[in-house]
Amino acid sequence: MPRMTDAVEAPAPLWRDPEFARGAREMSGVSLGIAAWGLVTGVAMVKSGLALPLAVLMSLIVFAGSAQLAVLPLITSGAPIWVVWATAICVNLRFVIFSAGWRPYFAHLPFWQRLRMGYFVADLNYVIFLRRFPEPHPAPGQLPYFWGGVVTNWSAWQLPSLAGILLADRIPTAWGLGFAGTLALLGLMYSLVSDRATLVAAAVAACAAVAAYALPLKLNIVVAIAAAVAIGLLIDHTTPGRAEPEDDLT
Amino acid sequence: MSAGEAVIAIVGLALITLLTRAFFLLPERDMPLPAWLQQGLRYAPLAALMAVVAPEVVLSQGQLIGTWQDARLPAVVVASAYYFWRRGILGTIVSGTAVLLGLKLGLGW
Repeated sequence: MPRMTDAVEAPAPLWRDPEFARGAREMSGVSLGIAAWGLVTGVAMVKSGLALPLAVLMSLIVFAGSAQLAVLPLITSGAPIWVVWATAICVNLRFVIFSAGWRPYFAHLPFWQRLRMGYFVADLNYVIFLRRFPEPHPAPGQLPYFWGGVVTNWSAWQLPSLAGILLADRIPTAWGLGFAGTLALLGLMYSLVSDRATLVAAAVAACAAVAAYALPLKLNIVVAIAAAVAIGLLIDHTTPGRAEPEDDLT
Repeated sequence: MSAGEAVIAIVGLALITLLTRAFFLLPERDMPLPAWLQQGLRYAPLAALMAVVAPEVVLSQGQLIGTWQDARLPAVVVASAYYFWRRGILGTIVSGTAVLLGLKLGLGW
């Protein structure tokens, strides 16, 4: 627990704040998809030949599903360790982009707190947080909302992932249960389409991701983000009255 | 890769998770983002989601799917219809997965 150095009155714990419950609730909508995806990832770790204790360790401390799936064949086939790490860095590049988005909200916090938040924050936490707090400034309620979503996401991922590791032989992967995770992302994506610019950006991202799919290391995701940001900015700057949305919305 | 090496690899992967996710949160110095980038970042989450979803739906083994008899297509149509009808993500997941399982287990698609 953090030390309360300047606590004149002890602040209420984060989880008692109503925003914590709200963050948890808004994450719980996609939790079923996260859970199905975690389960499938857990099964995949064991089926790829990773020893059970290593699979448990990987699930608990790496906590990044796409990177785990990408490096599994490399680890089990004995690829050099730097190849394993380079692969994970490329698959995780989208997090670097997201971290730039987090900065205006959390840069004022102490270093260790930022480090802790960074470690636990997954893709969907970013998506849902930005939907709740679209204005990039610190505001009351952000921390409890953040942790409510993070705790929910962590549990919804880790518990099924561990279940998948332990029950790997009894879970039918041929059913395509992992597709539930894709459907969760699809629903969440729809919830972010709010106007013509976001609709076009989504369509461009879809085409770019499919067209660039042959790139190694899931770099097609980075290509799709770059293409969508570029087309979004283009629309913002060519549509009259859209150039400075912060000034218009009050 | 020996078990010891695998442990080192996994610990390194955990550090990579930490460093990539916290990357721009780490510097202490003030680091104002250019306004255009700040504005453009609002499209990033949407694009990242779409970039994962689209290939999962229309590709198989890296090729565009060449048949309509793929359980994923009706599953996505039903899930999308549910979303725009009710605006609930849980129902989107459940309805789409039900169609997928029905077609895979019932018709063997």
